[in-house]
Amino acid sequence: MTILCIVDVAEGRERPASRELLGAARQLKGALGCQVLALVPASGDFAHLGAWGADAVHTLPALDGAFSSDASAAVLAQAVETLGGDLVLFSAGARARELAPRLAARLGRPLLGECTQLDATSGLVATRPIFAGKVLVKAPVALPAILTLRPKLFPALEDGFAVASQSLALSQGEMKAVVTELLAAAGGKLDLSEADIIVSGGRGVGGPEGFAPLESLATQLGAAVGASRAAVDAGWRPHSQQVGQTGKVVNPTLYIACGISGAIQHLAGMKNSRYIVAINKDPEAPIFKVADYGIVGDLFEVVPALAAALA
Amino acid sequence: MRIVVCMKRVPDTESVIRIAPDGGAVDTADLNYIINPYDEYAIEAALQMKDADDSVQVLLLTVGESAAESTIRKGLAMGADEAVLLQVPKDLSDPLGTARLLAEWLKANPADLVLAGKQGVDFDHGAVPGMVAELLGWAGASSVCALACEASHATVEREVEGGRERVRLPLPCVISADKGLNEPRYASLKGIMGAKKKPLAVVDCAAQSGALGSLEAPPARPAGRVVGQGAAAATELARLLKEEARVL
Repeated sequence: MTILCIVDVAEGRERPASRELLGAARQLKGALGCQVLALVPASGDFAHLGAWGADAVHTLPALDGAFSSDASAAVLAQAVETLGGDLVLFSAGARARELAPRLAARLGRPLLGECTQLDATSGLVATRPIFAGKVLVKAPVALPAILTLRPKLFPALEDGFAVASQSLALSQGEMKAVVTELLAAAGGKLDLSEADIIVSGGRGVGGPEGFAPLESLATQLGAAVGASRAAVDAGWRPHSQQVGQTGKVVNPTLYIACGISGAIQHLAGMKNSRYIVAINKDPEAPIFKVADYGIVGDLFEVVPALAAALA
Repeated sequence: MRIVVCMKRVPDTESVIRIAPDGGAVDTADLNYIINPYDEYAIEAALQMKDADDSVQVLLLTVGESAAESTIRKGLAMGADEAVLLQVPKDLSDPLGTARLLAEWLKANPADLVLAGKQGVDFDHGAVPGMVAELLGWAGASSVCALACEASHATVEREVEGGRERVRLPLPCVISADKGLNEPRYASLKGIMGAKKKPLAVVDCAAQSGALGSLEAPPARPAGRVVGQGAAAATELARLLKEEARVL
């Protein structure tokens, strides 16, 4: 039995979330009695993934070059058939959204998206939030299956050794959809899903220029900037920064909500943050019910004061 | 051009979701249903193409219970021409089962372009559009925030970690919509009246989803705690973050 972790590569290196996949697989390994393989959809030396939990690493030089979701899925399906892969793991992100459904349909396997917890004590059970986290499902997983795992929830641990990295000789067929251009440099602004700290603003920020103190605090803390739906719908921030039921669901270590009242749709996107800080003028704002630490006050006074206190 | 928009009904995002007594399903008794918010972007994209070119036909395609009909009428009221309900005894919760029904219908009733929301805000797998594309052997792009469609191909943009990518894909293809693609229109009174008379065909399907698993409420967070008032409390907050939470 084999767990196959599909590694997400950006600029020649694995994304941190891919190390979490290996960490998750390693935790299942004993209970399921299986080997853990890392499959890298690119060429390169990824032997170091052994240290993160892979028993062997396979690369796919055929997938270098322009990305095509249909052609890549066809190659991945061949790789799964060649290597085995009773359980295929992706980290939930932009690539997985393209590839995991195609692979599942191609192989005729069930797909469980955005899992937040895996347990193999009696059979494999995947926990998934549904209705944007208002309910959790513990779903028994009938293998073979394909799962995508949410970033930042599974432990990545570098405590092993490099292993053999070999390339799989598969070739890519016809490409239908092709990525022709990357419009903003990857590795630029920190993505919300990968951020340890998020400083988020809502209606109380008052306008696009009101985000300046939040940006400044975020830069100081190495944090990403998020926004509530109110701030995005008002056109103050791009949708890529929206946290909530129709935005991103995030799990940072620290979520600092500034001028956000805490509507149910917003809470659905951030209430699994390890620590929540709320700064809001309205002492009755629902966000204070979930905030580990709240300050009732004007964010334009509190945020700079917090920045100064943390400097 | 013939555009099929896959849409579904979901509980209003304001809804409090209750678990049925057996713990294996959601209690749907008091739920108010809306068009899945992401599907509204897909419908709007199709209608904008129809606005620009009279020859564009827009068909709404739903897999769901008979009760889905009232939600489908809301989509027709926005301006779609006709609809088909692939009627199942109970709303499906598994993406592959849903995708197979959609793909089977699309094989028999070809379209130039299939649009859908990037995910249902109920079961949140975000998988059906990509599965439909694969089952049909078509190109696809998920979570698009910009779309330009020509006679033989489409160009889309999608958000990726740290940026946006542009994808070119040949028609026919399946494209799933993210927020930011457009601003969905409200149905006009004329649209609402007209929707009642638009064709809505019902096709009986026997498909059923397997058990979801066991449902539970997410763990409650400890009760919130207010550290203090105004800027003066910032020092104490900084101390708590460093010394108690140890996150900074």
